[in-house]
Amino acid sequence: MPTSYTPPAKAIWWKEPIERTEVVWIAIAFLWCLFMFGWMIAWHWIGNQNMANEAYKTSPEAYAAKVEAFTAKYTVRQDKNDPSLPVVHPPAGSDVYLAASRWQWRPLLELDKGKSYRVHISSLDWDHGFSLQPLNLNFQAYPGYEQVVTLTPTSAGTFTLLCNEYCGIGHHTMLGKIYVKE
Amino acid sequence: MSTMALSPFRIDVVSGLRMDLKASTLIKANAVAAVVFLLIGGLFGAGVGLTRWPAVHLLPADYFYMALTGHGVVALIVWVIFFEIAVLYFCGSTLLNSRLATPRWAWAGFWLMIIGALTTIVAVLQGDSSVMMTSYVPMDAAPHFYLGLILFAVGALIGCFVFLGTIVIAKEEGTYRGSLPLVVFGALTAAIIAIFTIAAGAIILIPTFLWSVGLIHSVDPMMYRVIWWALGHSSQQINVATHISIWYLIASLVFGAKPMSEKVSRTAFLLYILFLQLASAHHLLSDPGLSSAWKILNTSYMMYLAVLASLVHGLTVPGSIEVAQRRRGFNRGWFEWLRKAPWGNPVFSGMFLSLVIFGFVGGISGVVMSVEQVNMIIHNTAYVPGHFHGTVAGGTTLAFMALTYYLIPVVFQREVILPRLATLQPYLFGIGTAVFAVAFMGAGTLGVPRRHWDITFAGLPLAHEFPGMAYMLIAIAEFAGVVAVLGGVAFIGIVVGSLLFGRRISEDAKPYPRVADADAGGHKEIGLVGFEAPGTFVLAMVLFASLVLYYFINFKYLATLWPLR
Repeated sequence: MPTSYTPPAKAIWWKEPIERTEVVWIAIAFLWCLFMFGWMIAWHWIGNQNMANEAYKTSPEAYAAKVEAFTAKYTVRQDKNDPSLPVVHPPAGSDVYLAASRWQWRPLLELDKGKSYRVHISSLDWDHGFSLQPLNLNFQAYPGYEQVVTLTPTSAGTFTLLCNEYCGIGHHTMLGKIYVKE
Repeated sequence: MSTMALSPFRIDVVSGLRMDLKASTLIKANAVAAVVFLLIGGLFGAGVGLTRWPAVHLLPADYFYMALTGHGVVALIVWVIFFEIAVLYFCGSTLLNSRLATPRWAWAGFWLMIIGALTTIVAVLQGDSSVMMTSYVPMDAAPHFYLGLILFAVGALIGCFVFLGTIVIAKEEGTYRGSLPLVVFGALTAAIIAIFTIAAGAIILIPTFLWSVGLIHSVDPMMYRVIWWALGHSSQQINVATHISIWYLIASLVFGAKPMSEKVSRTAFLLYILFLQLASAHHLLSDPGLSSAWKILNTSYMMYLAVLASLVHGLTVPGSIEVAQRRRGFNRGWFEWLRKAPWGNPVFSGMFLSLVIFGFVGGISGVVMSVEQVNMIIHNTAYVPGHFHGTVAGGTTLAFMALTYYLIPVVFQREVILPRLATLQPYLFGIGTAVFAVAFMGAGTLGVPRRHWDITFAGLPLAHEFPGMAYMLIAIAEFAGVVAVLGGVAFIGIVVGSLLFGRRISEDAKPYPRVADADAGGHKEIGLVGFEAPGTFVLAMVLFASLVLYYFINFKYLATLWPLR
């Protein structure tokens, strides 16, 4: 008796009819596959959450210089939780530069609710993970590439940036903050 | 015949299969190596799980990241590939009734894999290679971390070519008639994907090794991720093709099932060969520098055609069991065929749990998380390890365990010891793994990161506080993880104990587990409402409804996020 581990019973197996259970299931599954493919494309038009995939080649040195200049220009205070860290309040619509490095996110940001910002993300050393909590919004960051995400905070409050890409022994201590004001 | 003199065969009393003794020894060696590495990988995993559980927090940070690196390398690469080589030799030689091509090369491959695996494990244990399995540059490991992986890959590649050579020999020497059996076709699919995968691994790991010894100035971090994941994710497709072949094999061994349609099942495997390797993109959806067009085409495996293939196998494997059971007389109602299945036989229960967990836990989550936009709320969270424990532990590893209960009497010619524990073992490991996976995914949706030593951020001024639910889910996950580890330890104990102390199978013994008589009962009119496998169709529709519902739940949540472009 033929089984799955013996050669097909009929030599011309590709001409055998397909039983109804399989035909109906394949039709349903195939239509759903097409739908998912179309929906993923369509979300670029009907959805508000899409990556622009805007990115530039850079170098850790060049990017660090941009972050320094940005921080120097817009720093409004030192953070109340950790006074060694500057909090930066950039104007609405402007370019915001965030640097990931072992093991912190710099600088801390203060943004206005409902305004858009072009947030640049890159790393100064190894791979890091931009993970904004409790929103749970996640991007990859690595050195030499500068990613730009245009964000519009629609909720006020304190948000924490974690690192969710392993980056060495201090990985779990890598944090940052984004404060969103009404 | 001279080949007979070179390669004596024996006829196995349990299975009736004709076995090349040289192939048989190689299958044993690879399977035993696999199980030993599963033990090592499992112990690393236990260390990881007991550290992530905040109430236990067993290991200090440096040992935790070391154990996590070791767990990834050993469990995700070494254990599965050793077992896969054993499966390839079993399919190529035993199922095709053929001698194995070039056993000496097969041994060379085996020792290369052993040396490579040990080299990398030593590098990890020395402590300066805690770079995770993914070893993203420019984070650097010791040179022999990469070198070991390269040697292991070369050994595995040799194994793939020995398998291909065996298929050629079998055809040439006429050891079987007609087309390759479906199971061997599936194994061939796995071997082809393996060759592509290992090539990708060589392309990226060789320059990385040269960089680590100072011969190359730098390796681009983006290029590394694109090519490394052609190794990292595609190697999981070797697992998929292999464990689906095992599902078909076990359905035939236990129920005498035959494929519902050779054409459909083979086309599904062909879709794997064509499209399953685009999966590299799944890890790059939140990366800079890649276009949406590239991401969408790749992450969907070319319009979800490889997902379609998995949905097809998900129906045809249990469907073939249903048809076989109905023909044997279990034709009443929708589910008599399933109720009357041998749930106490670990060969079957392991296989069926593997099928269910792979579909409902690993499969549904995989399809949803790989949507370009949905990935933003999942990327690098605990959801990711949740997902792949559903596929690789609950799917692949459990299927391999199930097959092992068959190989012990057939290849090792030993009775399985502790049959009651063996009956329980697939449930322990399967349910433990499934609960772990689901709870970890839940924690991931609440933002808990993967690969993280301390989510309480103790003593840090900028600390984030996760919701209580996240802590509860992690505790549930790790408790279930301990259950899964116990299931794994039970498996290893049963296997090693059977090989050492199991009674030798005598010529007239009825071995455990009993493999059902493959003879069909002769019932011609089967099924309901014009479907030969109506129960399976209902189960498939449950999977389908779950997938559709879960897909839209995720989009609904995504839509509440801050607008971004």
